[in-house]
Amino acid sequence: MTYETLTAPEIHDLRALAAIMIPASATYGVPGADDELIFADIVKSLERDTGDARTALRQLIALSGGAFADLAPERRAEVAARFKQEGGAPLFALNRVVLLCYYRDDRVMRSLGQEPRSPFPKGHVVEQGDWSLLDPVRNRPPMWRRV
Amino acid sequence: MHDKVDVLIIGSGASGAAVAWSLADTKMRILCLEQGDWVKPTDYPTNGRDWEARLFGDFAINPNRRARETDYPINNGTSPIQVVNFNGVGGSTIMYTAHYPRLHPSDFRVKTLDGVADDWPVDYATLEPFFAENDRMTGVAGLEGDPAYPYHALPMPPLPLGKTGKCFGEAMNRLGWHWWPSDSAIATTEYDGRAPCINLGHCTPGCAQGAKASTDVTYWPHAIRAGVELRTRARVREITVGPDGLASGVIYYDAEGKEHFQPAEMVIVACNGIGTPRLMLNSQSGKFPNGIANSSGLVGRNLMFHPFAHTYGYVEEPIDGNTGAQLSLWSQEFYETDKTRNFVRGYTLQLHRGAGTIVDAIANTARGFLPWGEAHHDVYRTIFNRKLGLSAICEDLPEEHNRVTLDPVLKDSNGIPAPKIEYTLGDNTKKMIAHGVARSKDILEAAGAKNIGGEAPMLNAGWHLMGTARMGTDPERSVVNEWGRSHDVKNLFIVDGSIWVTSGGVNPTSTIQALALYIADNIKRRLADATLFD
Repeated sequence: MTYETLTAPEIHDLRALAAIMIPASATYGVPGADDELIFADIVKSLERDTGDARTALRQLIALSGGAFADLAPERRAEVAARFKQEGGAPLFALNRVVLLCYYRDDRVMRSLGQEPRSPFPKGHVVEQGDWSLLDPVRNRPPMWRRV
Repeated sequence: MHDKVDVLIIGSGASGAAVAWSLADTKMRILCLEQGDWVKPTDYPTNGRDWEARLFGDFAINPNRRARETDYPINNGTSPIQVVNFNGVGGSTIMYTAHYPRLHPSDFRVKTLDGVADDWPVDYATLEPFFAENDRMTGVAGLEGDPAYPYHALPMPPLPLGKTGKCFGEAMNRLGWHWWPSDSAIATTEYDGRAPCINLGHCTPGCAQGAKASTDVTYWPHAIRAGVELRTRARVREITVGPDGLASGVIYYDAEGKEHFQPAEMVIVACNGIGTPRLMLNSQSGKFPNGIANSSGLVGRNLMFHPFAHTYGYVEEPIDGNTGAQLSLWSQEFYETDKTRNFVRGYTLQLHRGAGTIVDAIANTARGFLPWGEAHHDVYRTIFNRKLGLSAICEDLPEEHNRVTLDPVLKDSNGIPAPKIEYTLGDNTKKMIAHGVARSKDILEAAGAKNIGGEAPMLNAGWHLMGTARMGTDPERSVVNEWGRSHDVKNLFIVDGSIWVTSGGVNPTSTIQALALYIADNIKRRLADATLFD
């Protein structure tokens, strides 16, 4: 399946927006969603959400009165806050792609204490637990309704 | 033109696979037509780093979003619940959580017990041997002795309790409420050539390990070895009728869009509660201008979902997160009718392990809880791996205005009219949902959870599709008889969730398959004494 791609100005605005959505954090030692690797993944992964992304970015441009990325930082933050409130379903679709790519980045996963790998084939360990916790339930009389 | 077969099964999912396997010992020539493909274990999302992203792409649960070539579109209209499914060998068992409760004995007698809907023409005791056979074929894990059910043996030990289960268990004990390890169609030991669960934590969109009992790895290998032919990429357009008024076969399209006629002595429909009425309504002829076997006018009517009321909160200490099967515990505390409540019937509570890292971020963005900016990181770290979630699976009573019809415009890639859903929540269901949400909050608060949120009913949760070709003894009030044969067309059978009279409040796959085995057994007995088509 082939998908549309964003134009260069749209990509420029999206990168500025991604930096506001999830900025880099010195506190947690993680990059922002505008990081070169993460952002490249975002652009590549828009796929079936490209239409929604484009709709959202047009709305952002309308709110900005021009290119969002060219606004002064304070004005950009104001517009982004309004966009977050008014963006609706197209923005949600765009935000979802940003999250999908951000939280699979190796650096971000490691900062959360996760191994950067696929679930298969290694799987995970889940503790068996202590089934004596069920004893109060075991001691209940049958609950099902006789017919 | 293909050679005539004795038995033609349409659909290879939960019920189609079970009926194919059971009939194989008759040595009849059996063919199953499946519109989808085989799914290779290496194709499942957990093989890759993009496993969560694929939940929103080629492994999305909603076929309108997934939009594979093998899917058909569904007009969900204004329904508050959207249909979710999968099309391929194994059907929607490829994409289910493998939560595997049976209906309760009371579910078959709702009119007698509670004065609503209708009683089923079969009962729990009749189905019990078929439940047991199905558990053995499927490979079910669980813990015997649940006081919410009649005793039944289980082939494998339960899924692990984990930190999340401990948290729930302690909360439920504080409240004095029932909870129990679920019957799960997930191998916890090596079973029938399948490897045990390794807690990939992503059961719904297919199991790369093969531990989850989708029918492509349970019934189908046995059925094929016994001589059943399974033909993929064969999308059936209509069931044809001969001059004798019996089903004569089907017309289907192959992957290249070429039309075929497949003649058959007997046709068994196993396309689920949406696909089956769609096919029957599309099977119009001079004898059946309103769709095959529809003299009652009930084909497509009485659509029942299980409205899901999902509630969740966050605890302070990390719990299991996405590791481990998402569903491994249930509560039946509110299952049976309690006359002190303002509704009849009841619901199961599914107690969930957490979601994946990304899915949780998306869910919390949707509810406006996860901010943009530096605070995003702080807030995210208060929710990551800390989610406790519950879903009330509410019994949906049959109402004729809830229905599947043919969309006048929307068609699939072969030009076959698509189904359209007309559905509203009944008053009883709304009250039950409210009760389920309130009790779920009680449980979360007892577990010390904060930031409680939820979605009720869940929009994208029309997993359980029932009632649209109901069974019964009265041909004016039902589509098939008490053993699955059409009242109108005596060589046409239906074996999927369409034939359910009421929905109960549990995941339906176990009962769908037990019913399919029961119908297959009836077919075999009546073949033996030559009364099948009487």
